[in-house]
Amino acid sequence: MIPAEFDYTAPESLDAAIKALADGGEDAKLLAGGHSLLPLMKLRLAAPALLVDLRKVPGLHGIEREDGSWRIGAMTPHTDLEHSPQLGIFAKAAGTIADPQVRNRGTVGGSLAHGDPASDLPAVLLAADGSVTVQGPGGQRAISAGELFRDYMETAIEPTEVLTEVRIPSLDGWGFGYEKFNRRSEDWAMVAVSALVKQTGDICEEVRVGLTNMGSVPLRAGAVEEALRGKPLSAESIASAAEQAAEGTDPPADLNASTDYKRHLARVLCRRALGQAAGLT
Amino acid sequence: MSKTVAVQLQVNGATHRLEVEPRLLLVHALRDNLGFTGTHVGCDTSNCGACTVHMEGRAVKSCTVLAVQADGAQITTIEGMASDGQLHPLQEAFWNDHGLQCGYCTPGMIMAAAALLAENPNPTEDEVRHGLEGNLCRCTGYHNIVKAVLDAAKTKGATVAQQPEVTA
Repeated sequence: MIPAEFDYTAPESLDAAIKALADGGEDAKLLAGGHSLLPLMKLRLAAPALLVDLRKVPGLHGIEREDGSWRIGAMTPHTDLEHSPQLGIFAKAAGTIADPQVRNRGTVGGSLAHGDPASDLPAVLLAADGSVTVQGPGGQRAISAGELFRDYMETAIEPTEVLTEVRIPSLDGWGFGYEKFNRRSEDWAMVAVSALVKQTGDICEEVRVGLTNMGSVPLRAGAVEEALRGKPLSAESIASAAEQAAEGTDPPADLNASTDYKRHLARVLCRRALGQAAGLT
Repeated sequence: MSKTVAVQLQVNGATHRLEVEPRLLLVHALRDNLGFTGTHVGCDTSNCGACTVHMEGRAVKSCTVLAVQADGAQITTIEGMASDGQLHPLQEAFWNDHGLQCGYCTPGMIMAAAALLAENPNPTEDEVRHGLEGNLCRCTGYHNIVKAVLDAAKTKGATVAQQPEVTA
């Protein structure tokens, strides 16, 4: 399968990339690792007229601690996240993306800008209360995870903006769990649940639960969080709260799973992920 | 036709200069333009891993990389694994352990396994199975493939993923 014809440029600065993107108009697309975009282009589901490759733009790689949060360059491949245990739930979730070869090429910025609700990182970013930094002709701005994902594969990033970095709070002292169910290891999640828990003794001070592939955008399981916040954490309280994991969701059925099955998976995976996060398993 | 782009690839230590359409996939550049037909096209959808090569020392699926993205990169293909007429320890182990039936997936399996051993020279069986998650064998030959990788790991030199530079 061969993509439709396109023109290609690999600018050597962020300003040049932003200019190339603006000059290319609505048929120009940014290229990072290409592991979401190129498969779509090979299937001719996408046919951009111009690809602006970010590989030569300096400053878009790497993982650093800055002002109590982690700054991850947009072009950092999933493999680097996977091998950075200090990133906690991000490292764990990144290690489950597809397979080693895909993790070597796919990037954190590319995955988040693609905005596929079945991808691992969007719901993790949402649960972690992270944000992305984008830069365009009008300057730089931050977009919180809660505002980033608008609809199915649609984000709040303007067509002329470049996602440059991902910021996640350090989450020191938080427990985390990530549970994903799929039929083959390299598949997208049928459903995945990310859980973050901050506890004092057995009391749950704060809890955040993210849902992957339970709607057109990544979601938070608000009812589960509400049921546990401020309460004692035990296998029983978690099991009871996790029963509400699918509340308010209406996930579309697909080849692998019906709506009801996805809702069932959300409840089971939520119980497991919270158990991990609370140190009970 | 879209404007062509000049690309330089270091394949198995030798420099190749190409003038390519931006849409040319790395796997086709290797096979059709440069004749490295040991790299196979299997599913062509980044699932099966038959097209796995090393790019800057990391295993990648060359059906999902544009040749222009590999400009300036060091590429190792299955042809770069043997040296001085000696098979690479992974190739020896696949042979000895009957780690193949039809052989179509074998080049990708060996390149993925070489990257795995470079990172983790003494993997457990479980780690080998997880490390090969990106490679499919349709002859259901996984048992002997995993055995071959574990055996190769015991051999000196199995973790060498990049061959020393040779002249073109």
